[in-house]
Amino acid sequence: MRYAMVIDTLKCVGCSDCVVACQTENDVPIGYCRDWITESVHGTYPNVVMELKSERCNHCEKAPCVRCCPTGASHIVDGGIVLVTPNECIGCGACIESCPYDARFQHPDGYVDKCTFCHHRLEKGQQPACVSVCPTKCMYFGDLDNPNSEVSQLLKNRKHKTLAPEAGTKPHIYYLI
Amino acid sequence: MQEELFTSGRHIPNIDPSLQIWHWPISLYLFLGGLAAGILFFAALFYILGKDKEYPTAVKIASIVPPIALSIGLLALVYDLTHKLYTWQLYTTFRIESPMSWGAWVLLIVTPLSFLWTFSYYREVYPKMEAKLKLFQRLKFLNSLEAFLSKNRIYIAYALIPLALILGVYTGILLSAFNARPLWNNAILGPLFLTSGLSTGAAAIILLSKDKHERHLFGKIDLALIIVELALIVHMIMGYYAGSQVQLEAMQLLVGGDFTVMFFGFVVILGLLVPAVMELIDLIGFKVPVIVPATLVIIGGLVFRFVMVEAGQLTRYLY
Amino acid sequence: MTTSRRKFIKISALGLGGLAAGTTAIKMFGTNSYLDTLAAKSITKNFNRTATYCEVCFWKCAAWAYSDDEGNIQKIIGNDDDSHCNGRLCPRGTGGVGMYSDTDRLKTPLIRTTINGEETYREASWEEALDLIASKFKGIKDTYGAESIALLKHGSPGSHLEHLFKAMGSDTIAEPAYAQCRGPRETGFGLTYGSWVGSPEPTDIRDTKCLVLIGSHIGENMHNTQVQEMSDAIDNGATIITVDPRFSTAASKSEHWLAIKPATDIALLLSWMHVLIEEDIYNKKYVEKNTSGFEQLKAHVKKYTPEWAYGITTIKPEDIRKTARIMANAAPSAIIHPGRHVTWYGDDSQRERAIAILNGLLGSWGNRGGFYLKEGLKVPDFPCPEYPEPKWGWKEIGEKYPYAEMGNTSEVINATIAGSNSKYPIKAWMVAGTNLIHTLPQRDKTIEAINALDFMVVIDTMPMEITGYADVVLPECTYLERYDDIRSAPNRNPSIAIRIPAVKPKYDSKPAWWISKQIGERLGLGDYFNYNDFEEVIEWQLQQLGTSLEEMKKLGVKNYDRKSGPLFFEENKTNVFATPTGKIEFYSHDLANKGFDPIPVYTPHPEPPQGFYRLNYGRSPMHTFSRTINNPNLNDLKSENTLWVNPKVARILGLQKNQEVWLKNQDNVLSTFSIKVRVTERVRWDSVYMYHGFGHNNKKLTRAFGKGVSDTDLITKIVVDPLMGGTGLRGNFVSILTENPHKNEAI
Repeated sequence: MRYAMVIDTLKCVGCSDCVVACQTENDVPIGYCRDWITESVHGTYPNVVMELKSERCNHCEKAPCVRCCPTGASHIVDGGIVLVTPNECIGCGACIESCPYDARFQHPDGYVDKCTFCHHRLEKGQQPACVSVCPTKCMYFGDLDNPNSEVSQLLKNRKHKTLAPEAGTKPHIYYLI
Repeated sequence: MQEELFTSGRHIPNIDPSLQIWHWPISLYLFLGGLAAGILFFAALFYILGKDKEYPTAVKIASIVPPIALSIGLLALVYDLTHKLYTWQLYTTFRIESPMSWGAWVLLIVTPLSFLWTFSYYREVYPKMEAKLKLFQRLKFLNSLEAFLSKNRIYIAYALIPLALILGVYTGILLSAFNARPLWNNAILGPLFLTSGLSTGAAAIILLSKDKHERHLFGKIDLALIIVELALIVHMIMGYYAGSQVQLEAMQLLVGGDFTVMFFGFVVILGLLVPAVMELIDLIGFKVPVIVPATLVIIGGLVFRFVMVEAGQLTRYLY
Repeated sequence: MTTSRRKFIKISALGLGGLAAGTTAIKMFGTNSYLDTLAAKSITKNFNRTATYCEVCFWKCAAWAYSDDEGNIQKIIGNDDDSHCNGRLCPRGTGGVGMYSDTDRLKTPLIRTTINGEETYREASWEEALDLIASKFKGIKDTYGAESIALLKHGSPGSHLEHLFKAMGSDTIAEPAYAQCRGPRETGFGLTYGSWVGSPEPTDIRDTKCLVLIGSHIGENMHNTQVQEMSDAIDNGATIITVDPRFSTAASKSEHWLAIKPATDIALLLSWMHVLIEEDIYNKKYVEKNTSGFEQLKAHVKKYTPEWAYGITTIKPEDIRKTARIMANAAPSAIIHPGRHVTWYGDDSQRERAIAILNGLLGSWGNRGGFYLKEGLKVPDFPCPEYPEPKWGWKEIGEKYPYAEMGNTSEVINATIAGSNSKYPIKAWMVAGTNLIHTLPQRDKTIEAINALDFMVVIDTMPMEITGYADVVLPECTYLERYDDIRSAPNRNPSIAIRIPAVKPKYDSKPAWWISKQIGERLGLGDYFNYNDFEEVIEWQLQQLGTSLEEMKKLGVKNYDRKSGPLFFEENKTNVFATPTGKIEFYSHDLANKGFDPIPVYTPHPEPPQGFYRLNYGRSPMHTFSRTINNPNLNDLKSENTLWVNPKVARILGLQKNQEVWLKNQDNVLSTFSIKVRVTERVRWDSVYMYHGFGHNNKKLTRAFGKGVSDTDLITKIVVDPLMGGTGLRGNFVSILTENPHKNEAI
């Protein structure tokens, strides 16, 4: 089992529904977010291109945050999901420094927080909140180890990229381009 | 024109627009760790070489610094944790890949050893204080502890040599292990911080020493260390220069950006070149107040940690 | 109560004490919210799920509100069976939680009073506030007639109050959603097809092969199913053509972005018609069968060559031809989208008619991938006595505009200012769910009208700017805390959705149905409100519709089978349109008879003078106009707007990214606040752009106050649509000031 998210940049309109849905689903305090939208614009008017991306923790295969955690609070569970156990976390910030995606933050209560792929929803057979609300259905979630899964098929048939692959962390959020 | 922005308005405290996760306590902690490592290294080395009579400051007197430095350093470290109540979790596991874990454990061993080392010289170095406090009269077991330590001092020294080196290197590796911060991510940082730590240690010994002969020796040692350190800094910059785009941008912070004055002015020139020249002049035989270069080295070392911690957090891959 | 010099009162002076005490009490004991959340999670594993439909915008998606036992709304999730959302809400719907939890909400009724010569508000009981309203209404009714009391409204509270007003004998009802928004398109399409476009738009986007958007920014407007279907269309390989001077999100998804010079759309539309007819690629069979006036149209557009249009629109002739051919190839599965906010330049009904005619040439109306034939369900009216016949109403007030089909807010304002001199004197307003200060152009006129009033009541959930001008402010509870009418909107299939209170009303807020009933009873209209709880009304209506409240509480939404026939035209059947000729009217005799252009023509509009830039504005996907800016969840996503400036302009003016600037328009009107510059290639060099809705100036909106600039500040010039009275808003030009022009003003 290897969970991954595939996001179609050709469909994303950057509405940020994924961000609000995550906030209400996971009680993310106002002022913080576990996912966010970036907009990149290239070109010169009127020859312009734009890419909108919903971004979050990449649940890297070689997760530097897990490697550098001194207590084991950051760990990887079944399916390759990177999680943080709040009451093992001392808030040293090493994992935040180590993340090339700047996907982690200090929860106001002190521990480090980030996207969990909505682990609690997966356990109930539901999709992550962001995926389940997206009005454009530009986000797909599934098991990369299953060659017939939607995500595997999309990655097989469509041109795609990952963010900052040069950081060498083997991220598992893929962007269709 | 190229434009990159967050459309969903990300303003996470301490994360955006640039990381502010590690603050001054971490810089201080890295500096004090290096300083303590330097002093302990020299103390243990000269003791093993049997030169404790010849160089009493290095072996005995300066050894008061490491326990204090390490204690303050540890306090600073804990102060910067955001989930302090769970600090004990550090000692429920040892994570071989985590520099932070290494640091926690090394400190757990080095700090008591440094206390023991200092204690073993306590009555010898501070007879007046003992006369007042009369600790050894009040607490009888201290006598036997002191006797035990004096007998086994050589073993502590043998243990301290590698531990001090690990501690010194660790202060650099803590930063360089982060691939995500291009400024930190180079293999030179470990040796560089070790060298800098040894250099500040030597400078501290010079400051505390009243013996001209000893000051002279440590002036020489310090000069050598400064030369090595300068070479390592050149090496580090060359490394950025040959590196990827993100590393080039990171280097820009040091050589042509917000931290240039701090880095070249306070670290390279005032913290390394000027003291090196002064120590050289001193060695040739002209009279130089040694307190000046030694103080400059120590301040330079401190500023260096601040610059690296602050600037490193401005460097990132995305956004 | 004084009637003149009605000063804007910032409600901020009030009600703070209790609130502050409340929050500090919780914070005092340094709670560990992680443990709390763990505990909370284990307790509230079983959220209560309540059927509702969203009120954050007019799309009204059916949803489930999840609340815990302490009465917190945890989250709101779309109803899977709802054709407005297909189980997926937009960010505003998901963030509807914040509308309920916003601590800046109006909390108690407020009554304007004078203390030590200073006008202010005092908290009042509902009893007192309602008594005052009833007595004031009664006084005006006795002196001038009930017609002199106007209702200006938006959204769900509107229908409850409309019932009250009609029962009182007033049909003086208007909403900015018409003359400031979508009115012209209803007129344009009505004249052509005999049918409004209506809401939701019956565009079969998911099955289209070619979607043409003219200034319509789907994806930035989050009209839910429109956005969803555009995404489906992208999946299905549809060609999207976007006509917009700005590189909109939709433009970024388009195969062809036609970066048109602003205000020249009709020229492009005429030229497209020209190409379709001259190249003989229009849908001949459809045109022959369903339309009238083709020959006149053909003659009319003959001179509108792409070369002619190029000079006006700056779009290359080959691009005009290419895109026309793409549409023709896709026809009838092609949609020239009518848009929604279409009050731009004053000839908007005619532009919409051009859009309608272009769709007619392609045969998209009534065909798969074009416009489907929508069907809705009539919800029976709860029994009540007949409404009295008013002597005059919105129709008479707007009589200058023969094609107006709803009340025109601007005309209500004009009549109010004229006061007793008017044939239709308006003496009191009730304003519900619409912040006129931010929705209407020419703010000075709005305030002048307010000052001319004898009495004004505002009903809202938030201390919007308009509340500061009221004599009485009534705090309405949010949609999550109340019953409302059954939602029934035409769609592919008829459907109904219900709204059940998920939690008890917070503070001392009340639902609009209750307010209507209370005022009605005080005015002796109790017969019109023959129920104790609105639940009874819904229950009765649901029974008539063959279901029950009990069933609907479980379903939330009920879909019905179509009764009007298939979704699209049938090949061998004659189609009848509700136009004078019974056909799609390319040429309108009715328009000709009334002295208007029977076929749209292009007229040039003013261009920005030297040093000025056209002020364009639009939607941010995270907000619904000005009403959501203070919503904590949505404010988190976008808390202020930026001024989009082309890099060329930035270079000329020496503007930097994030630099604060002020704006001054052609009438020397200044923006109240400053705005940060966004230097971007997404905007043309002759215009600037900003998101609408920001720049609130009521301090009580703690998150929204002073953040960004309100475009409405600067829209002082309007061009009125002679057909239906729509107010064209896009002819305002601004210059960019780098120094604070308010610096020397007394504060």
